[in-house]
Amino acid sequence: MLTKNDIAKRIAQEVQDGWYVNLGIGIPTLVANYIPDGMEVEFQSENGILGMGPFPVEGTEDADLINAGKQTITAMPGAVYFDSATSFAMIRGRHVQLTVLGAMEVSATGDIANWKIPGHMVKGMGGAMDLVASAENIIVAMMHTNKRGDSKLLPACSLPLTGVGCVRRVVTNLAVLDIRDGAFHLVERAPGVSVEEIQQATAGSLVVPDQVPEMAL
Amino acid sequence: MAITKTVRDAQQACEGVQDGMTLMLGGFGLCGIPEHSIAELQRLGVKDLVCISNNAGVDDFGLGRLLQGRQIRKMISSYVGENDEFERQMLSGELEVDLIPQGSLAERCRAGGAGIPAFFTPAGYGTEVAEGKEVREFDGKPHILETALTADFAFVKAWKGDAAGNLVYKATARNFNPMMAMAGRITVAEVEHLVPVGELDPNEIHTPGIFVQRIFEGANFEKRIEQRTVRPAQS
Repeated sequence: MLTKNDIAKRIAQEVQDGWYVNLGIGIPTLVANYIPDGMEVEFQSENGILGMGPFPVEGTEDADLINAGKQTITAMPGAVYFDSATSFAMIRGRHVQLTVLGAMEVSATGDIANWKIPGHMVKGMGGAMDLVASAENIIVAMMHTNKRGDSKLLPACSLPLTGVGCVRRVVTNLAVLDIRDGAFHLVERAPGVSVEEIQQATAGSLVVPDQVPEMAL
Repeated sequence: MAITKTVRDAQQACEGVQDGMTLMLGGFGLCGIPEHSIAELQRLGVKDLVCISNNAGVDDFGLGRLLQGRQIRKMISSYVGENDEFERQMLSGELEVDLIPQGSLAERCRAGGAGIPAFFTPAGYGTEVAEGKEVREFDGKPHILETALTADFAFVKAWKGDAAGNLVYKATARNFNPMMAMAGRITVAEVEHLVPVGELDPNEIHTPGIFVQRIFEGANFEKRIEQRTVRPAQS
């Protein structure tokens, strides 16, 4: 079974040289830690920076330089700042090659729910609906089941949707799964996790090929 | 000859703000917020306001200051966490809240300032955001109709500005400020440095002064950090 850092490490393998990448809050943020040295990748944060760098060294924080999680950050050489309309032009206009975000539920048709739980305080969708609406390459990083042990990979989402038919791949603590033709397709299993465990934890339709390789981390 | 927009301070800049008005306020979280104008709006005690702002501040800073005095009737935002008083007023029904996808919020402000009454966007299609909105397919993909936003007053914050109202922002403190500057009937800019006309390089101005009606230099910006994240100095 994968830790949150392992999930991020596995997703980092999906990133290709020359890509612009938007990472959501939570597990997705950790992906930046596992990009191989020498790979040319720029991170976009939707509050208005391309070329986001690591957290600043203590004492050099700048209140004017934050990411979408409102954390202090740094800018890499070649970075650029822009306004929010330009930022979402990059996102909706499909200039960003990969979006990684967390989710509360994903459906077998690629729907995603990650912004609202009825009966709980609603904080808002932030940029999530814009991010999922146009991106061609959306990877969801999440735990396979919720705190009650219920599957988060469902035939249909029960929570209010963030976007429809948009998720292409899901990386969980148990498996890598692709979404197509209304089903989850098992691609890889986490080290030490059996196909049966994945089947039990997946409520949505699951297609299991003859060979399911173990992830190489 | 440049047209002079300079006012003395936040008090003069906020003259004419009345109960029930619609205001835009720039900023993302607490980054790039017009903190002097917000302090003045609190002092004025204007009420029943509709505030268009990506976030709602924290309990004792940013728009949280106006929430404390129950000056806001309705918030139009994309994300409103980090604020206990906001939550209390929202759950009790005292405060009306309209949540909008962040990119749609930015574009609706831009459209309002650019004379575009509405536009189609894919963001929010198939979700509750789309309820009651016109849907149209372009290239086989469904989009929803979003309308422009404008405001009686827009309050923005910039790093540098001149008397002509030209503005330069710093780093990610730019965020919503440029679009809101365009969409205000009266746009008030507060800047850290008010420089003489001619000092800003025309090649590097972010907001042309035509969008700004009043400008002043704020004293002692607090510029509070919401999430201070650091790494240890390398040995």
